[in-house]
Amino acid sequence: MLTPEDMAHLSRLSRLAPDAATLERFGAQCGDILKYMDVLAEVDTADVEPLYSPAQHVQTPRADEPKRRRDRAQVLANAPETDGQFFIVPRIV
Amino acid sequence: MSELYAASLVEIRDRLARGEVRAEDVTRACLDRIEATEPAIHALLAVRSEALDEARALDAQGPDPSKPLWGVPVTIKDALATAGTKTTAGSRILENFVPFYDAFAVEKLRDAGAVILGKNNMDEFAMGSSTENSAYGPTHNPRDTSTVPGGSSGGSAASVAAMQCFASLGTDTGGSIRQPASLCGCVGLKPTYGAVSRYGLLAYGSSLDQIGPLTRTVEDAALVFSVIAGHDPRDATSSPRPAPGPDFLDSVRQCKHLAGMKIGIPVEFMAVEGLDPAVAEACARAQNLARGLGAKLVDVSLPHATRHAIAAYYIVAMAEASSNLARYDGVRFGHRSDRAKNLEELYTFSRTEGFGAEVQRRILLGAYVLSAGYYDAYYRKAAEVRRLIREDYLKALEQCDAMLAPVSPVPAWKLGSIIDDPLKMYLMDIYTVSLNLAGLPGLSLPVGRAGALPIGMQIIGREFDEATILKIGHVMQTAFGDFDFPCVQA
Repeated sequence: MLTPEDMAHLSRLSRLAPDAATLERFGAQCGDILKYMDVLAEVDTADVEPLYSPAQHVQTPRADEPKRRRDRAQVLANAPETDGQFFIVPRIV
Repeated sequence: MSELYAASLVEIRDRLARGEVRAEDVTRACLDRIEATEPAIHALLAVRSEALDEARALDAQGPDPSKPLWGVPVTIKDALATAGTKTTAGSRILENFVPFYDAFAVEKLRDAGAVILGKNNMDEFAMGSSTENSAYGPTHNPRDTSTVPGGSSGGSAASVAAMQCFASLGTDTGGSIRQPASLCGCVGLKPTYGAVSRYGLLAYGSSLDQIGPLTRTVEDAALVFSVIAGHDPRDATSSPRPAPGPDFLDSVRQCKHLAGMKIGIPVEFMAVEGLDPAVAEACARAQNLARGLGAKLVDVSLPHATRHAIAAYYIVAMAEASSNLARYDGVRFGHRSDRAKNLEELYTFSRTEGFGAEVQRRILLGAYVLSAGYYDAYYRKAAEVRRLIREDYLKALEQCDAMLAPVSPVPAWKLGSIIDDPLKMYLMDIYTVSLNLAGLPGLSLPVGRAGALPIGMQIIGREFDEATILKIGHVMQTAFGDFDFPCVQA
């Protein structure tokens, strides 16, 4: 049901790169899982609005006032690489 | 001193408040119990070295009646941020991550005077039903260490059942509090969606996740719930309802019988193929007990809440997970691959090296069900079926005050026996996932055994009516009598 090209496409979308054997195994497992999902086709949902969240209340945004809640040291504390000011990543341009 | 860890949370809380025992002694008893039991069960990923000093500091100030959990040692599932203590979500990708803030629920426990002993093992990013997906090795069920504790809050359930702590905070996205509570023989409460803030919970499925207590008694669960529930403006899905008041525990305890209560039995649940005969028998005995306590039992129907719910749940959960886990990119926190030569490789190699197989599978499937050409057939369709499932529950709960249903179709299974069959593992959630889709509360409590292995049932309630399900659970648990908590069976 999921071809190797499908799995390669999904891997790129997900920024994952399992090795070839793992990807093949994932493909077979994902295919079985998707086949099970076909059970939903039995349910008539014409005129049924989707429910994306069970929360029933309307959220109230806070006042639009700037607030400083964190300092730079806290935010950088878990950075894999930092110069003390920024997160450092491989050169982009 | 050694019997201190065997008390219920409410008992030890009361003894601490009266000054009969010191916080340091209770914490030390739990730490000794942890040392004695951890080699066999591996329920914890971290034990906080600060715990004993914090207990001593509490003793120096003396019992504080305004703090309802003063001096009570607890543990926290490693999906919840704890400031200054590593929080890994059971994943290598966060192996050295130390949050600088507490989750809301953790803040509430600390403010209530609880002592946080450590962080519990879990399935990686809460994806699993056996705690075998932890990147740090599985937890073993204290009842029979060759079996799983359930998941994904398996470490939390094992800690509570092995008496390492008096309560643990777990999370429930598709049953991950209720099912391990059932398999380990303790109590687990999944609150109504929005009752407990998700601020500081490392997100898996944002429309499904809820934080709740695992404890040894229903009274204990009621007390912890009353501490952690309440509005939090930092979580947009947090209900604006006020927190349960300080008399919540007493209101639960005051319920002594079930006369006048109508309890619904979902007929489709009892007819599921694969329901173990021992589980079915324990459920029948629990139903008889409820009848004997004065409840009227009525059959109710949840037509979409079994097979269709599993499919709808996994589509929604995987879709949400693929989005939530996009933040783990090796840039700002977590594992960064040292093989990457450019930004794209940094993202890709960091994630591939850091995430386990189940997490990768769910991210890939989540991307599929959200992708162009498939979104309507899968994600939108699942959301439509979700509405039908919620309507099923709301309609059934018009005919009864609460429902009584199985939690797991089988007792705890042997470690390693189904981990290579993802779909078989997913089907273990058949009784639990629909409640997360509907957003309603559920309380799991032990009702029987198959040999050494516990069997639980869940009491399902109306939205924000945790009080009723806790009252029913308290009455039933009192009538059952003590469900003994074991020495760890090696």
